[in-house]
Amino acid sequence: MELLVASAVGILTAAGIYLILRRRSFPVILGLSLITYAVNVFLFATGRLATGAPPILNKYQEVAYTDPLPQALVLTAIVISFGMTAVVVMIALGAYLSSRDDRTAMPVEPEGAGDDA
Amino acid sequence: MSLFLIAALPFLGAVFPALLIRAGRNAAASAAGLTSLLAFIGLMLHIPAVFRGDTVHASVDWLPALGLNANFFLDGLGFLFAAMILGIGLLIILYARFYLSREDPMGQFYSYLLLFQGAMVGIVLSDNILLLLVFWELTSLSSFLLIGYWKHLPEGRQGARMALTVTASGGLAMIAGMLILGHIAGSYDLSVILQNKAAIQASPLYLPALILILLGAFTKSAQFPFHFWLPHAMAAPTPVSAYLHSATMVKAGLFLMARLWPVLAGTPEWFYIVATTGLVTMLLGAVIALFKDDLKALLAFSTVSHLGLITMLLGFGTKIAAVAAVFHIINHATFKAALFMTAGIVDHEAGTRDIKRLGGLRHLMPVTFTIGTLAALSMAGIPPLNGFLSKEMMLEEAAHTVWNGSHLVIPALVTAAALFSAACSFRFIAHVFLGPKRDDYPGHPHDPNTGMWMGPAFLVGLVVLIGFASAKVAGPLVATAASAVIGGEKLPYYSLKLWHGLTPALYMSVFATIGGLTLLALHGPLQRIWNALPRPEAKVIFEALTDAFTRLSQSMTEGLHNGLLTRYAAVMVTFTVAIAYYAYQGGTLTAPSRTVQQPGLLPILGWFSLVVATLFIVAKHRNRLLSLVLIGVVGLVVSLSFNYLSAPDLALTQISVEVVTIILLLLALNFMPKETPVETPVLTRIRDGAISVVAGLGAGGLIYALLMRDFAFPTISDFHLANSYKGGGGTNVVNVILVDFRGYDTFGEIIVLGIAAMVIYALTEAVLNSRVRAHLLNRTPDLPQAGDAHPLMMVVATRVMMPLALMVAAYIFFRGHNLPGGGFIAGLVAAIAIIMQYMASGFAWATERQRFPYHAIIGSGVLIAAATGMGAWFNGMPFLTSAFGYIHWAPLEEFEWATAALFDLGVFLAVVGAVLLALESLSRFAWQPGISSEHAMDINPARDDADKTGTEG
Repeated sequence: MELLVASAVGILTAAGIYLILRRRSFPVILGLSLITYAVNVFLFATGRLATGAPPILNKYQEVAYTDPLPQALVLTAIVISFGMTAVVVMIALGAYLSSRDDRTAMPVEPEGAGDDA
Repeated sequence: MSLFLIAALPFLGAVFPALLIRAGRNAAASAAGLTSLLAFIGLMLHIPAVFRGDTVHASVDWLPALGLNANFFLDGLGFLFAAMILGIGLLIILYARFYLSREDPMGQFYSYLLLFQGAMVGIVLSDNILLLLVFWELTSLSSFLLIGYWKHLPEGRQGARMALTVTASGGLAMIAGMLILGHIAGSYDLSVILQNKAAIQASPLYLPALILILLGAFTKSAQFPFHFWLPHAMAAPTPVSAYLHSATMVKAGLFLMARLWPVLAGTPEWFYIVATTGLVTMLLGAVIALFKDDLKALLAFSTVSHLGLITMLLGFGTKIAAVAAVFHIINHATFKAALFMTAGIVDHEAGTRDIKRLGGLRHLMPVTFTIGTLAALSMAGIPPLNGFLSKEMMLEEAAHTVWNGSHLVIPALVTAAALFSAACSFRFIAHVFLGPKRDDYPGHPHDPNTGMWMGPAFLVGLVVLIGFASAKVAGPLVATAASAVIGGEKLPYYSLKLWHGLTPALYMSVFATIGGLTLLALHGPLQRIWNALPRPEAKVIFEALTDAFTRLSQSMTEGLHNGLLTRYAAVMVTFTVAIAYYAYQGGTLTAPSRTVQQPGLLPILGWFSLVVATLFIVAKHRNRLLSLVLIGVVGLVVSLSFNYLSAPDLALTQISVEVVTIILLLLALNFMPKETPVETPVLTRIRDGAISVVAGLGAGGLIYALLMRDFAFPTISDFHLANSYKGGGGTNVVNVILVDFRGYDTFGEIIVLGIAAMVIYALTEAVLNSRVRAHLLNRTPDLPQAGDAHPLMMVVATRVMMPLALMVAAYIFFRGHNLPGGGFIAGLVAAIAIIMQYMASGFAWATERQRFPYHAIIGSGVLIAAATGMGAWFNGMPFLTSAFGYIHWAPLEEFEWATAALFDLGVFLAVVGAVLLALESLSRFAWQPGISSEHAMDINPARDDADKTGTEG
């Protein structure tokens, strides 16, 4: 199970970074979303993995609970990352509509184009 | 009066002039004056204690972990300076009332002045060097405002910038020096540092600390080679010059050297650095001053010279020299402030302060003439005025000081400096007031009104009084201040009197005076020679230097930030991976302490679909719609795995966020190209792929290593598990953490969410108000549209589901404290319920039924959360302490109430508002004329009525 989670985090991170390195805004947004998943799962997993042990207190008998703290942090992180995605989408959309161009690079003068252009 | 109050009064008072200026200039001036007077009286109340030799303390631990405490203390030295700052401040406030013209914003002036005054008082009363640094920087900032007060003058702005650059960079060096000093002494409290002379001087860090601190002091006190900012700061109004450059700001450096004298002075390093700098500055300032035609420039350079004199005395490191330094600080403040104000009066009345256009004013301005002459004679060191006394003491000390084995260097150079200083004082008198009356003054010179000459007259009164009866008038003050400078040790023998007999000092003095008169007689030819000599212009050098730095930083910035965002991202990722690898190499990885859990079939299936979807996204990301669908798969799997891995709250949150995110992205995609073109060469893609794979391996490996080991430190989660029910009254620990244990975080997060939504709203407004609007209105869809924009089935289904969905939201909300759910999830569900109406029935239809603006919902959510938190105050508890209890109604289950639920309501509202505001803003891009007349269902019996009444059932 640990290997599955860890490899999923790795794959999501790699895919996210690859998309962030693209030159148009939409793939970058997709990449950000993938990285968000990766980061959230990563943070959640720092509480270690457990099945069938939700941190809901049982009044009637002693049972094991998983670590609740990373869950609380990740819960707000998920909601905040929605806010962040929305802002980025808005910026990308505004930039596209204003300049009819969705490249992420700043428009550069010919002599400063650099090796990546 | 408490020292806190004395230091705080000017800051508090700074508010009033700016506000009261509407009530007139007199109101503003008297508010400033009263504040200063109050602080001055408060200071004077401490006279008995200070003159007994006690130190008054007032302390509060501010940030004890950093060693930063708001400790103040008042001893003789602090008293002397505070009295000068507040006393001369009062005179300046009076003077400025009449000096500033009707067009000058006087309220601003007094506010700045009081800010500056407060910062200065703070410096001289601080008992903690970190606190002192704070005030030190404040003086740099407030003096910037004061020097640049005449914003319309380019010289004013340049002078202010230069002063800020020089003094603030010195201040930076001083911060480092002070930190080292505090490190050596083991405390940042001055009272402790001053007891640790032996330890500090023995430390190998003594020299670096000394140099850094002196950099701060020298820049502030305009010592060579940093002297150049002071003359340029003369572009300020004269009251500012008189205040900053006679009694306060430039004296701050001297104060610091005097304050730290007990621990820093007495070493050869101190002597050679400080005394030599002082000597050079003194000579240089006096020589340049003689040849300046601008009255204020003349005074500025002579101030530089006198500051050098005092610095040199402090540099000698002997006790008697310290006494002389203190005495000269007092004397210089009195005569120099008077001279600056005189120069201001001349400028104000005669219309110019160019010496070449002045002369003969003694007939026209007798009062000003008397004041100016007495002050200038004191500066020249003519008996029986006070300048003579301290100058004698200085010459006496200089005559006995050996510099690098030579008995002659210091006496000779000091005499030369005294000679030039006398000459420029005589020139001030002779070329401004004496000589024949002229008929080409730009103004109509006459004595100013009483308010303007009162201040300088009072100071000149002190000049004469101290001169005649120095032991009585200034004796006790000099004694207490000097004994504070030398660290409370026994004062050496000295006597403040005019006649000491035929001492070497007297001969030097006589020589300087005669030489000064000779120079004055020869001034004309000398000036021509001076003008012909090549001189380095400090301003040009300074500007060349700042320009060079600007260009350097510009080229560095532009070299690194060339506008290619992908490059930044690549550099950042590579760098992060590199330092992580470095850390991995340097650290040790313990053996795994946990066993691997065997996954069942379900997790393997989930993993498989996640991996396939992710790889497909990468492969097919050019088809944007397809990748959106696939990213939904990823989100679903993540959400399911949260559920599988004992995190039901996360699963619920993730799946609802997933829904709104996809809607958001679909909305955006509606306006954007549906395909991503191929732009990068294969090589670049391979490079990017390599970077990503390495980063992915790193992230995966890190979490795998973490998962295979137990916690390295005891976890705090056990506390939450143990106290969730007892302390928070809920069994859903995650929710209790959110609304109770870490409620402050949550409070911050809903505010962030609200701000994000507002940013989106604001951006929408900005874009829609630009020329983009026209394009949007005339847009033709790039994909075929659905035949029916509002399918009947969907409209009916969503309307039926609306109350059900809201019911679910309410249910999730209420059970959140004990079972999975809570404000965040309920908010998302409710938002989705409303978004469905927008989607099915159309934007116009939904907007018509919207009761409250979404901004208000966000705001009310934040306010409810804040009010709940503040409610705890009324029970004497800290912000956001929750209370709860149980109610038992006979037929019902035990029923819990908790203030946390109210807080959760705030969260709920903020989430609903933020999500809806974000999506609604985006949808507004789609609005086109005619769209609002389309109705979701063609058959709507209520519509006809609705058009008339504006509401719909």
